[in-house]
Amino acid sequence: MDQILKSFLDNEILVYTIMAFVPLLWIVPYALFAVYLERKVSAHMQDRLGPMYTGGWHGWAQTIADILKLIQKEDIVPAAADKKLHLLAPYVVFIGSYAAFATIPFSSAYIGSNINIGLFYIIAVSSVVVAGLLMAGWSSNNKWSLFGAMRSAAQIISYEIPTAIAILVVVMIAGSLNLQEINQQQSGWFWNWFVFKYPPFVLVAFLIYFVASLAETNRTPFDIPEAESELVAGYHTEYSGMKFALFFLAEYANMFAVSAIAATLFFGGWNSPFGDFLGGPIWGVFWFLSKGMFFIFLQMWLRWTLPRLRVDQLMYVSWKVLIPWAFACVVGVGLWTLL
Amino acid sequence: MYDLIFYFFALITLGSGAVVVFSKNIIYSAFSLLFTFFGVAGIYVLLNADFLAVTQLLIYVGGILVLLLFGVMLTNKVIDVELKTGTLQTVPASMIVAATAGVLCGVFYITDWRIVPSTMEMNATTAELGNMFMTTWLLPFEIASVVLLVALVGAAMIARKDKSMQN
Repeated sequence: MDQILKSFLDNEILVYTIMAFVPLLWIVPYALFAVYLERKVSAHMQDRLGPMYTGGWHGWAQTIADILKLIQKEDIVPAAADKKLHLLAPYVVFIGSYAAFATIPFSSAYIGSNINIGLFYIIAVSSVVVAGLLMAGWSSNNKWSLFGAMRSAAQIISYEIPTAIAILVVVMIAGSLNLQEINQQQSGWFWNWFVFKYPPFVLVAFLIYFVASLAETNRTPFDIPEAESELVAGYHTEYSGMKFALFFLAEYANMFAVSAIAATLFFGGWNSPFGDFLGGPIWGVFWFLSKGMFFIFLQMWLRWTLPRLRVDQLMYVSWKVLIPWAFACVVGVGLWTLL
Repeated sequence: MYDLIFYFFALITLGSGAVVVFSKNIIYSAFSLLFTFFGVAGIYVLLNADFLAVTQLLIYVGGILVLLLFGVMLTNKVIDVELKTGTLQTVPASMIVAATAGVLCGVFYITDWRIVPSTMEMNATTAELGNMFMTTWLLPFEIASVVLLVALVGAAMIARKDKSMQN
């Protein structure tokens, strides 16, 4: 896509700016839709109807009304808060989660930056979010915020390890950290997807990745950082208006980023499941987004099914269950490829 | 454009570095380290060291910075206490700083820098680094990993609750 843009735009900086904005064109409408979906899914799982009035048909305009309300709200900064950090934190969090989209291939024709270390970059850049969360929690000068931020940081850091090891399994198979190349290696019919390779090791690695990514995005059953029944709302308790909306957007962007990585690494990314049928760059976007949305739905499904884990159980799952099994997968795939 | 990007990252690094050193509020110092690390990572990218840049982000921002923040936040009474840094031992400190700066400048002028015209094209360094770790530099690599393992075991030992002490 950058080649096409370069052909009729002279300015290189302009081309890269446009390229950088493309994922945003997806994230903002997606976040609006996902909030609506979340409310509808939760409602139907609890035998309710959810929003039904705004906009007429099944309350489709509910989140649009919500975001209009958020934009108009007064921006309240607590008197005892640290003003500078309080202002900066939502931006750091959003930049951290948006930066991950730079190396995610949306189709065979579009990837923000086709660098060789794309996957490693995503793991690294998502850690910026942790600093932003701590910033938000500390600067609010509110004990609930600080507790939420501390829990969130501890959780994200410990679940980065099983995530990275599970990703390592795919990297060993593909022999590359470039996400576009990993996609190309899975082209063809759906049995070429990495998740079906070396059974059952890669399948287990996918499950480990999925569980750990739930924790990294602070989704139930790993939502103790936000735990609304004990911590009000965690690190964003003291935020209102657009800054709150930015946290929300970052959270939903993060959810899509981990889903997109799961789809790319294990389920063929933009590849059509049926070989060349409905293939090509345009359909690639469709397959990529629908695979991503499927995992979003799975995350919501789990959220409204499972109860919250306690802090000690959280650490137990990470260190004594996920990490040993992830290592077993690495060793298993390694031995299998050598033999 | 290359120069422009370089000066942009240099400005970020130096500016936030100055905040780290001069800020009276230790929390500000800790948070502006985030931007210093980011700027240094940007300069690594300009030097075609892509792997090093990402490693810098992963280890310093994801690990060390968060550890530092935890340290600062947990060792002080967290809320409603001013966290200040003071200036102590001015004379010995400035002597050591002067000596370090002298050595650094000396190294900078003595070293015969290999100046290669910069290109915007990036060569993959990851595979090369991996090969070197597994062949030429295997022993240092393994020693570093053993040191890290020992540190990990030591940390677990210290953090562990001693059952006999509780009674």
